[in-house]
Amino acid sequence: MTWNWNYVVESLPAIFQGMWITLGLTIACYLFAMLFGFVWTFVRRIPWRPLQMIIAFIMEFIRSTPPLVQLFFLYYAWPMVPYVGLTLDPITVAIIGLGVHFSTYIAEIYRSGIESIDKGQWEAATALNLSLKDKWTKIILPQAIPPTIPMLGNYLIIMFKEVPLTSTIGVAGMLHMANNFGSKNFAYLEPLTLVAVFFLVMSYPTAVLFRKLEQRMNRRFDKNNPTGKIDKGVVT
Amino acid sequence: MQGINITVTVLIASAVLSYLIAFIAGFGRLSNNIFIRKFTGFYVEVFRGTSLIVQLFWFYYALPGLFDIHLATDFWAAVIAIAMNYGAYMSEIVRGSILSVAKGQREAATALNMSRFQRMRLVILPQAVRMMLPEFGNYLIQMLKATSLVSLVGLTDILYHGDVFRSTHLSLAPTVYILILIFYFILALPLIWLTRWAEKQSSKGVASE
Amino acid sequence: MAKPIAVYNDVHKSFGEVEVLKGIDLEIAPAEKVALIGPSGSGKTTIIRMLMTLEQPTSGTIVVDGQYLWHMEKNGELVPANEKHLRQVRGDIGMVFQHFNLFPHMSILENCMVAPINVKGVPKKEARQRSVEMLEKVGLGDKLDDYPSQLSGGQKQRVAMARALVMRPKIMLFDEVTSALDPELVGEVLEVIRDIAREGEMAMVLVTHEMDFARDIADRVVFLDEGRIAEQGTPEQVLENSESERLNSFLSRFRS
Repeated sequence: MTWNWNYVVESLPAIFQGMWITLGLTIACYLFAMLFGFVWTFVRRIPWRPLQMIIAFIMEFIRSTPPLVQLFFLYYAWPMVPYVGLTLDPITVAIIGLGVHFSTYIAEIYRSGIESIDKGQWEAATALNLSLKDKWTKIILPQAIPPTIPMLGNYLIIMFKEVPLTSTIGVAGMLHMANNFGSKNFAYLEPLTLVAVFFLVMSYPTAVLFRKLEQRMNRRFDKNNPTGKIDKGVVT
Repeated sequence: MQGINITVTVLIASAVLSYLIAFIAGFGRLSNNIFIRKFTGFYVEVFRGTSLIVQLFWFYYALPGLFDIHLATDFWAAVIAIAMNYGAYMSEIVRGSILSVAKGQREAATALNMSRFQRMRLVILPQAVRMMLPEFGNYLIQMLKATSLVSLVGLTDILYHGDVFRSTHLSLAPTVYILILIFYFILALPLIWLTRWAEKQSSKGVASE
Repeated sequence: MAKPIAVYNDVHKSFGEVEVLKGIDLEIAPAEKVALIGPSGSGKTTIIRMLMTLEQPTSGTIVVDGQYLWHMEKNGELVPANEKHLRQVRGDIGMVFQHFNLFPHMSILENCMVAPINVKGVPKKEARQRSVEMLEKVGLGDKLDDYPSQLSGGQKQRVAMARALVMRPKIMLFDEVTSALDPELVGEVLEVIRDIAREGEMAMVLVTHEMDFARDIADRVVFLDEGRIAEQGTPEQVLENSESERLNSFLSRFRS
């Protein structure tokens, strides 16, 4: 058997259809992970040792076990759990499962951003008598978040590449459509290659973009130039 | 608890192979030969740019169709997919570490009149490897998680057995998956500790700048 | 002496096992200029950081303008202050730091405006006007829209002073404000502090190693040694006519 261009064209509509699901789900999972990452970050700051240790353990557990098994747990096992069990549709499982898994990574990024802020910034904000809310929203977060944008961006791409996992619980994304199409015709080569090409075409330019952004950020947040005004011509 | 041996074997085989690929591709990208550089660059971007699960299915379902190549067994199809994928990611670590050490140390090594090969073997690599270790550890944990995918191409790993058991004992599903998760976590624990240890080590004995 | 603006009563402070302050009693009068001198590790900086509520005393009380700073009265008893109480009392105090601690993501003008607007609810227009006035006073009226990274150390420190002054504190604290500066930039900063001191209405506490400067502007010099107030008095008494051996050996290091 060899490459068949007609077959490629035949499989295109199905894969296109799946692509929108994949893209939409990527964004939904990612937003969920960003929000939930904030929850971890702030719960971890509560100054009570036992709670901090429990949270650290839960995060480590989620991070070091396979997202695939976590998806299966939510999809197949959660409905059987007494009292709190719920039957969830595949899309919801996907958003919660992948969202929570990656929120543990995103929380680390937030944390590194917050911890990189000099203690003097907190002290100056206290000396000016700013409220706790103003300290966070006006002083700390505006400095902590921008340097983490390239890293957060990388996780968008990673999320995009993890979303096909949800094909195993029946979410009809690109991979799922290609597999279905392949099994109908007993020929997987063309649809699967097409899916791979689609992934590459979408993720590679995005990755290059974020790499560029990262280089720029590194320059912007250089210690000698902490405000981010880029002096034209001088690259340190 | 069947299938543990499959999970562990897949992990070890893909880890060894992926480290090997990482070094070959990492050096390839630093080669003076433009063809080697471009070729390894292409390999790295393709495997980083597509999804592991897509690659796995491609090796399993599509490759036989294309060249009539059968990667001997399902086992090797799975191992090669995982190793090629993580090898691509880790080649970036190899390349980055060597570059960052080489920048500061090249002149010192040249001043001692070392050859290019001596420079790499005696000065740069010993430091670069120490820089790579924590990232290698992190990727080892990622690879452990990735081994769960092999159940999708018919390998009878722990998840596969768990799924089979679940389909006959529906009400036990929570117990089954919790046990599987705990099993993965227990496997991951030594890797987590190893990575933390490597992080501490790597901060010592590397020339910065 | 008029009713004091700040009173330390037997204040102790430990960091872990180390007791840094071993019973400080100190009164600061309104508009009084106090210079704190002493070897490093003697606890001078800790004294003013406690007044700014950046460090909590281990024991003892501090009263600012008639109100407990770290405590509040509840049913006739003293209980540790909560954030609400701290925010209320802290409004009387301003501070300038050794390392400036300007907000790097804000222009100089924004640095000065952020607190009046958000803390005191000053209308934006008025906050702007007050900030511009203050920045002109410290000689930076032409740099309003610059960012901190574009300034020299001396300029940054002058912005930090303007930022604190805009809040109109009753007490201003200066924590070794010239220590992080290149020697040629020290003068411009001291000049601004002298101007502020001459206006007179605000109490000032300065931790400093500039002895000539201390003699020049301080009403009182306090010498700290090993966590205690070892000597205090007018600049002449402390800096020139003391009989304390420790103090004189400390001072001899500053004489060229």
